[in-house]
Amino acid sequence: MGLPAALWGPLGLLSSLALHAALGAHPHRDYCVLGAGPAGLQMAAFLHRAGRDYEVFERAPAPGSFFTRYPRHRKLISINKRYTGKTNAEFNLRHDWNSLLSPDPRLLFRHYSRAYFPDAGDMVRYLRDFADRLGLHVQYNTNIVHVTLEKDRQAWNGHYFILTNQKGQLYRCSVLLVASGLSVPNQVDFPGSEYAEGYETVSVDPEDFVGQNVLILGRGNSAFETAENILGVTNFIHMLSRSRVRLSWATHYVGDLRAINNGLLDTYQLKSLDGLLESDLRDLAIVKDAKGKFHITLKFFLEETNASQSADSIPLPQDNSDNFAMRVAYDRVIRCLGWNFDFSIFNQSLRLSSGGEFSKKYPLIRASYESKGSRGLFILGTASHSLDYRKSAGGFIHGFRYTVRAVHRLLEHRHHGLAWPHTAHPVSQLTDSIIRRVNEASGLYQMFGVLADVVLLKENATVFEYLEEFPMQMLAQLETLTGRTAKHGLFVINMEYGRNFSGPDKDVFFHDRSVGHTEDAWQSNFLHPVIYYYRHLPTEQEVRFRPAHWPLPRPTAIHHIVEDFLTDWTAPVGHILPLRRFLENCLDTDLRSFYAESCFLFALTRQKLPPFCQQGYLQMQGLASTESLRKHGVESGLLPDYATTGQVLEDGSQQPGDREPGGHLPATGHLIQSLDSSKQEL
Amino acid sequence: MPFDFSVFRVLVFFFIMCILSTSAGDTLPELSPQKYFSTLQPGKASLAYFCHADFPSTSVVLEQLNEAVRPLQDYGISVAKVNCAKEEEASKYCGKEKDLIKAYLFRGNILLREFPSDTLFDVNAIVAHVLFSENIEHAHLYFFHCKLVSDLTQQCRRTLMGQPLTTLNIHVFVKTMKAPLLTEVAEDPQQVSTVHLQLGLPLVFIVSQKATYEADRRTAEWVAWHLLGKAGVLLLLRDSLEVNIPQHTNVVFKRAEKDMPVEFLVLPDVDSIISHVENNMHMEEIPDDEDSDMEDPDMDIQDDEVAETVYRDRKRQLPLELTMELTEETFNPTVMASDSVVLFYAGWQAVSLAFLQSYIDVADKLKGTSAALFTRINCADWSDVCTKQNVTEFPAVKMYKKGENPVSYTGMLGTEGLLRFIQLNRISCPVIITSIQEAEEYLNGELYEGLMTYSTLSVLGLFSPTMTTAKEDFTEAGNYLKGGVLTGIYSEEDVWILANKYAVTLPALLLARHKDDKIESIPLAGTHTQDIVQIITDASREAFPEITVENLPNYFRLQKPLLILFSDGSINPQYRKAMLTLVEQKRLDSFTPCWLNLKNTPVGRGILQAYFGLLPPLPLLALVNLHSSGQVFAFPSDRSITEQNLALWLKKLEAGLENPITILSAQEWKPPLPAYDFLSMMDAATAQHSTGKAPGCMKETDTQESDKEQHEDKLAVRKEPVETLRIKHWNRNNWFKETEKSLRPHKEL
Repeated sequence: MGLPAALWGPLGLLSSLALHAALGAHPHRDYCVLGAGPAGLQMAAFLHRAGRDYEVFERAPAPGSFFTRYPRHRKLISINKRYTGKTNAEFNLRHDWNSLLSPDPRLLFRHYSRAYFPDAGDMVRYLRDFADRLGLHVQYNTNIVHVTLEKDRQAWNGHYFILTNQKGQLYRCSVLLVASGLSVPNQVDFPGSEYAEGYETVSVDPEDFVGQNVLILGRGNSAFETAENILGVTNFIHMLSRSRVRLSWATHYVGDLRAINNGLLDTYQLKSLDGLLESDLRDLAIVKDAKGKFHITLKFFLEETNASQSADSIPLPQDNSDNFAMRVAYDRVIRCLGWNFDFSIFNQSLRLSSGGEFSKKYPLIRASYESKGSRGLFILGTASHSLDYRKSAGGFIHGFRYTVRAVHRLLEHRHHGLAWPHTAHPVSQLTDSIIRRVNEASGLYQMFGVLADVVLLKENATVFEYLEEFPMQMLAQLETLTGRTAKHGLFVINMEYGRNFSGPDKDVFFHDRSVGHTEDAWQSNFLHPVIYYYRHLPTEQEVRFRPAHWPLPRPTAIHHIVEDFLTDWTAPVGHILPLRRFLENCLDTDLRSFYAESCFLFALTRQKLPPFCQQGYLQMQGLASTESLRKHGVESGLLPDYATTGQVLEDGSQQPGDREPGGHLPATGHLIQSLDSSKQEL
Repeated sequence: MPFDFSVFRVLVFFFIMCILSTSAGDTLPELSPQKYFSTLQPGKASLAYFCHADFPSTSVVLEQLNEAVRPLQDYGISVAKVNCAKEEEASKYCGKEKDLIKAYLFRGNILLREFPSDTLFDVNAIVAHVLFSENIEHAHLYFFHCKLVSDLTQQCRRTLMGQPLTTLNIHVFVKTMKAPLLTEVAEDPQQVSTVHLQLGLPLVFIVSQKATYEADRRTAEWVAWHLLGKAGVLLLLRDSLEVNIPQHTNVVFKRAEKDMPVEFLVLPDVDSIISHVENNMHMEEIPDDEDSDMEDPDMDIQDDEVAETVYRDRKRQLPLELTMELTEETFNPTVMASDSVVLFYAGWQAVSLAFLQSYIDVADKLKGTSAALFTRINCADWSDVCTKQNVTEFPAVKMYKKGENPVSYTGMLGTEGLLRFIQLNRISCPVIITSIQEAEEYLNGELYEGLMTYSTLSVLGLFSPTMTTAKEDFTEAGNYLKGGVLTGIYSEEDVWILANKYAVTLPALLLARHKDDKIESIPLAGTHTQDIVQIITDASREAFPEITVENLPNYFRLQKPLLILFSDGSINPQYRKAMLTLVEQKRLDSFTPCWLNLKNTPVGRGILQAYFGLLPPLPLLALVNLHSSGQVFAFPSDRSITEQNLALWLKKLEAGLENPITILSAQEWKPPLPAYDFLSMMDAATAQHSTGKAPGCMKETDTQESDKEQHEDKLAVRKEPVETLRIKHWNRNNWFKETEKSLRPHKEL
């Protein structure tokens, strides 16, 4: 036992057979989770609740080891909003960015911190409680140092994942859920990069920076957090990075620079010596002079000169251009360039590779969070952020707690035959089902553009199934992934910001930024519900080659519910009515609600009934009106006053209704009349 | 050509409702009542005035009536004078007073309307009154294509004119009927003109190729038949065509309006050709100029009666204090501590709020009397609680009792049903009866006197103590029916006494109908829960009920034609007797006989109005065939409602000898108004965006500039009329826009 990991690669057939026999004795788990951080624990909670065979492997002696050290200055930038004025627990999760999902209301983060931006120590305490209270199976002090594949036809995915820990102990897993986060500090290679101190080790004591000139490499929250901490004691701070600063409130992306960290922007723009600079780090070089001060120069200057030259004779940019911005010498250079995924433990057979040029830090995965290289290997949590990097919240607790749930639902169907949870309703409930969700659902709200609700219409569109928070990029594979059928059309409910609203260069406070008219709803800028209607499930091709900037392929019809200042989409005329008209026109039916009396009239005077009467009244669940409501109905012209029906006709002053040929009811005509009359009132 | 319409063997204008009565001449026929009624023809309107023989025939009224004969005949309405005194037995239409003259309008033998003499002061008044009653819109114009029929026994194909009957429309209709059905052309569609275009109708070209000519021609003929009178159809022979048409085009559409470019379409099937034409006809009706804005229905005006009434009522203070509001914290303690009724609702949902009013009414009615606590929980606030209670649709009512599973209320969302549910739930169902005497009291209604208003039926299951399975089945059925019907169970040793008394073998059901003081018995051997429920549900239906808004669904389920006696107030006991006799004779088995009291169910007026166009005199008996044909028949108003007359009438109905007074619309419920077509608006904005900018310079564009442009776009879009199209148009139109776009050289990718 205890084969060293390095031997695994070149082993021949013979030894792998021998090994196979030996493996039989290794502990097997259906599900292995790497990492007991928020994502790993979240997955464990779902697996635990479903009664699955699982184990979490954690290198540290306790959960959430990342938070024991990071952020270095201990202030989390995820909001902990304890008061919203609402009691709806699901709604309140929209403003709770730290809690994991569990049925236990004691496991809400607001019980752990009173701070709006909580201390990282509270997160550690929270995660420990989360694991303990739910009794999650976590093996601490277990560092998985190697992961490889073992082919086996019997296995769920055609292979097992073989995990090796630091002691050489092996584990065999049917499904591997990697929630190890981004653990490797990002280093950019350039001459003199060794002079930079890393964010992970730099002192957090401002006293150490008194009277210094500081250069910070990086433009993210960790860079600004570091700057913020020493702003008051340094001579000046310069910040250098390739791209322009992106402000979270301009981009709607929580990973961009948050207002809480942006004190330096003030002092830069007010010319208080601090400053921001843009340049690709790979073009630069840092040289150390005799006094131990750092000078910035260009890499190609170094290449031109002899490497053995002393620092003082190396050409500097200011030699030619004497107003070069970074011509002063720095006392310190601090590197705050973020983190990368640790690919090193995964054997090549897993074919776990990094994403393209723009997401090198993340492993390449499908929209179902499954690795493109090996079936049964899922990436959870921060490391799965490649899917919605710079777009949504998938790299953060308040986002990935929902994507983890989606992965769990996919697994429940794939391996345990449990279809994606859904509720079935008569079509008369369609408008209300959507209104309910867009008003309270947190997963849709946080993971806009990634997770969407799906309404599957059943035959004749009299009944529908409601599926929550499905990864929308997998829409084409919905049937195989969920076990539901989508043969008769579907709606997809997504939340979106206005297409041209957010972005690093946009003025998000422009005049007229808010949209109030229902007919302009499609121009809404702030997060608002958008409903897509498809007659048929889109194909993979259609999803892949969808129009630019569209989250989904072109639908048959689309509806925007106009943005709302209070994110309360329950206004009868502003929100619900246009939605109903949209649904009605998609389904070619009448989705109004009717009092029992109206249904009674329809039942005896027409061969067909509207869905509300069909599914309510005829099932003996009609809605009775009350005297007061009836009065309003007559006043509004929507309900006829039957008490006077006879008389009105008798005096002959009114033509007998708008009857259509063949004994149609006055119902429709009557409605139009009443519409006119209410118009006159206005 | 096989479809030459220039010569017709038969050309008929057929007015279904208003055909000229051949018996009516230019002068007024004088008839006896009996004679008059025998001449009435089904479906034809007739005005008759009844007067006594000694009435002065030179009276002004008669003169005026005489003058009305001709104009009314033009509308197919016959006029007759009926002499009352000629017969021994005066008709009921003959007035008592001799100098009184009254006129009646019949359709077939159904009385439509009565006119007092003072309304008939001159010829204009007479014609106007009659025509208003006999709604002229009922006229249909058909064109019969009998040339095509070689054998006269075959039916001629016919085309219904869809437009209103105006001289112009009739002219257009007839002209198009005479035009060739299908023409073959091989020239530029832009240049083609036929009689259709001159008449303002569009042209549809079906594009044909040599290889598929035969099939194309068949398709084109089919389309032509369906578009007859709506558009001209031509077969466009692509191969001999000089001009180019887009490659995949299979249909070319040319609007009647001049200077409109022809549309090249790719349509998936023939139905979409038809709907394309029909949709475009509708669009023509919508005027383009903005002055007519007022004519367009405003989509932002609420047309949902529940939403609108609840909204209008929003400021009224409800006595909410009568019900206790629950929260996540108080929910469980409350429902566990006391028997509670819980209303689950959503504060934003109109239906919930409408029902909340009834709920509070019930709480008010039972204030101080009921042991149950009235509570409510707003699921918009306490979503989790409702989900945990398995409530996913609102509103919902559940009754929680200590140590029992909660019972869901499945009845009508109104005061009456809910009250019954709560009251009947006060006792357990089935209630266990412990002695013979108690059983008797239970059956005669004394035991639960207070509940007798809520359950017209008391059900007692009789079992010997050993019949465990049967008892279980019955108990389950009782549980199921809980809150709807009163059920009891008796299974003491002396149960045989009851069995003997009611002459049943055990196990058995006794059904006590308190209304008629009747006790029925039904043997139960080997009957399972579902069937027991069915038996009791069936038994709870009456033989000749007063139909109400609340109970109609229960009778509607039987799927039989309804035989409804409309009555303004209580029903004449003789009519009831006649009906019940027929029921007993099993002659009404294929119907659901019932009566409707307009006093209790005023919406009945709306129904009569729908059947007759106006309120006919009551009582009136109608047969409504809701489930198959939608036909409505009316019992002749000149005959009295007796057993014999009824039986005779039903026989004639069965034999198909009666004509319906109306056929209920089989129309589907379509969207009442269109929706905003955001997709088109977005397309329009993109199109503007991409044309307003040189391709390829996107990246260099200055930030500010692009922002400004964005705003200009927004303004420009606002100015355009809001796009509202039905979904049917959406797909196609957009598709063409898309394909058009993709054909453009400077496409932005």
